[in-house]
Amino acid sequence: MDSALIPKGVRRCSIGQFALFVGVVGVVLLWGVFAMLLCWIKGLNQTNMNDYYGFALWIWADLAVIALGGGAFFTGFLRYIIGKDELKNIINYAVLIGFICYSSALLILAIDIGQPLRGWFIFWHANVHSMLTEVAFCLSCYFGVLTIEYLPLILENRQLDKVPFFHNLSHNLHEVMAVFAATGAFLSFFHQGSLGGVAGVLFGRPFAYREGIFIWPWTFFLFTWSAAACGPCFTIMITRLTEKITRKTLVKQNVVELLAKISGWMLLTYTIAKIIDTWYWAAVSAPAGGFWLMDFYSNNPLYGPWILITEVLICGALPACILITKSGRKNPFTLMIAAVLAVIGVSLNRWVMVLQVMAVPVMSFDKWVMYSPSWQEVATTILPVAYGVILIAISHRYLPIFPQERELNPIEN
Amino acid sequence: MKKEHSKAKKYGMVIDLDKCTGCGACMVACMAENNVPFKKDESNKLDSITWLRVFKLTNGKSFPDADTCYLPRPCMHCEGEHGHAPCVSVCPATATDYSHETGIVSQIYTRCFGCRYCMAACPYHARYFNWWDPVWPEGMEKLLNPNVSVRMRGVVEKCSFCFHRYQAAKEKAYYEGRQELEEDEYQTACTQACPAGAITFGDLNNPKHAVYELKKDKNAFRLLERLGTNPKVYYISTRKWVRQAGDNYLEGYETEGKVKKHR
Ligand code: SF4
Ligand code: SF4
Repeated sequence: MDSALIPKGVRRCSIGQFALFVGVVGVVLLWGVFAMLLCWIKGLNQTNMNDYYGFALWIWADLAVIALGGGAFFTGFLRYIIGKDELKNIINYAVLIGFICYSSALLILAIDIGQPLRGWFIFWHANVHSMLTEVAFCLSCYFGVLTIEYLPLILENRQLDKVPFFHNLSHNLHEVMAVFAATGAFLSFFHQGSLGGVAGVLFGRPFAYREGIFIWPWTFFLFTWSAAACGPCFTIMITRLTEKITRKTLVKQNVVELLAKISGWMLLTYTIAKIIDTWYWAAVSAPAGGFWLMDFYSNNPLYGPWILITEVLICGALPACILITKSGRKNPFTLMIAAVLAVIGVSLNRWVMVLQVMAVPVMSFDKWVMYSPSWQEVATTILPVAYGVILIAISHRYLPIFPQERELNPIEN
Repeated sequence: MKKEHSKAKKYGMVIDLDKCTGCGACMVACMAENNVPFKKDESNKLDSITWLRVFKLTNGKSFPDADTCYLPRPCMHCEGEHGHAPCVSVCPATATDYSHETGIVSQIYTRCFGCRYCMAACPYHARYFNWWDPVWPEGMEKLLNPNVSVRMRGVVEKCSFCFHRYQAAKEKAYYEGRQELEEDEYQTACTQACPAGAITFGDLNNPKHAVYELKKDKNAFRLLERLGTNPKVYYISTRKWVRQAGDNYLEGYETEGKVKKHR
């Protein structure tokens, strides 16, 4: 029925199967939309946030998807600026995933603020001292860049491509893509960093506070670094997952391995930097604020030293070691394990830098406060996932996302 | 009229914890004065608004050494370094501001868009979010203070040191051709309500105001001083354990506190 829209020379499932898949995910999406409307209409009393947890699940989700979407800028940087040409076979997908992550982040922010209609105040009354202002500006600009990067892909759809204007536009956009990739890398450096800065500048919260250079706390650099390291792992993970679902190889192993190798070295250096940061914080910054390291990891039901070990060693050092060794990368199983661990690690880091910051008591007579999200918060957090799955499904069906697909899956006549 | 510039003020408080009985009159006065909304069921303290909150501290010892202290906590109107209070520097929309004229940290409700970053920044939990629109019991809207705007759902609020009273006093003084306010012309609601006289309010820079000397008391301290928040609310207690509860002390750091420099 829709064969005229499907790229030439590739196989897709039947429209019925496709519609069923999208329909099922669509139900989840609608559930999320319902919760979103509840939050907008009735207000944030629909959440389990409170005056101790001004930042909670949503801000974590925001930080996490932005870190995971980091694959787009870093792969773009490697492909267009460093010149790793093989990555052209995965860059489209990295851009698509990035687009989904960033649009999700913006949506979550729009739900998260108490007065959504005043969201533009952040631009209009911008406070240049605030890390969040930097985030808002760079995030919005970078989302624009991602849209421009995604656009030629849409225009390459078989039917759209027949229109000469679209064909030429897409061609010309491809020509200048390096400029956008460079802009994207620049903007990403800042907003990924400022998201780290959001927690790092909180000098009233010794758990989050870090020293740094000029106006930037160390978390600024750690966030950018970890996004560059783990974002590509997320791209790899989703690529492999897509291959499993579509039962096809979509990207050649050497391409994935190259990305995995770079990612591995980034992750290793990041982990070393993170260990140094943690040590300095534990030995100098936190005691200066009146806290021993263990004050942050005891007397509460959830946050113990396990969290540090999981984040830094199991989800940092371990996947890094797997990814930098040839055999680790070559084995699809260990490669996938490493990618998943890295993704968990960076998500855990974002959790800690948002939720644990809120949980730790600062005044000596204050108490640890725990939080669990309401169903509305969970549904609105799953909403972007459902939206992402649908967008990937549609894009994969109708757009030539994977340049190597035809070669890897020849159709016999 | 002779024109003279009024000097920069630094309004602050000194609270004598040995006098505070924990009666909560200050909290009530604050709520009434500032049109602070409340819920039907106030049992969940985590989302109820208390600009001024009285904390109960205990020394953790058993009888006969057990001791209790009540600690009223308004917004500390932190100065940070050069007015960079923890909350002020993070607000992306400049909806909260440090006044170098009065030392008061203001909150602009109509500009706040409810991101709650300031709440994450404040270690004293002095900031509260309006999770609901205010609902006043039948007829109570007629009793609201006309000088204080009520807030809507989705914005943050906090103690303003009864700033509307400062404005009213300034207006009166201006009308009478004066630039400077007398100490008793501008007092916060909690100060006036405290039956024990535990709260003293005034200009910390002005030697004629009581707080000027009180803040230098040998038993005076501020909460979390070593974080560099530079609060303008001082506490006094002759009890050592109470003074120690004001900050987090580690062995080896006990006395000097190693106060760090902050932006
Ligand atoms: S006590 Fe909290 S709200 Fe008040 S000025 Fe200090 S940081 Fe800001
Ligand atoms: S909640 Fe309001 S006052 Fe607080 S940081 Fe956000 S915009 Fe500023």
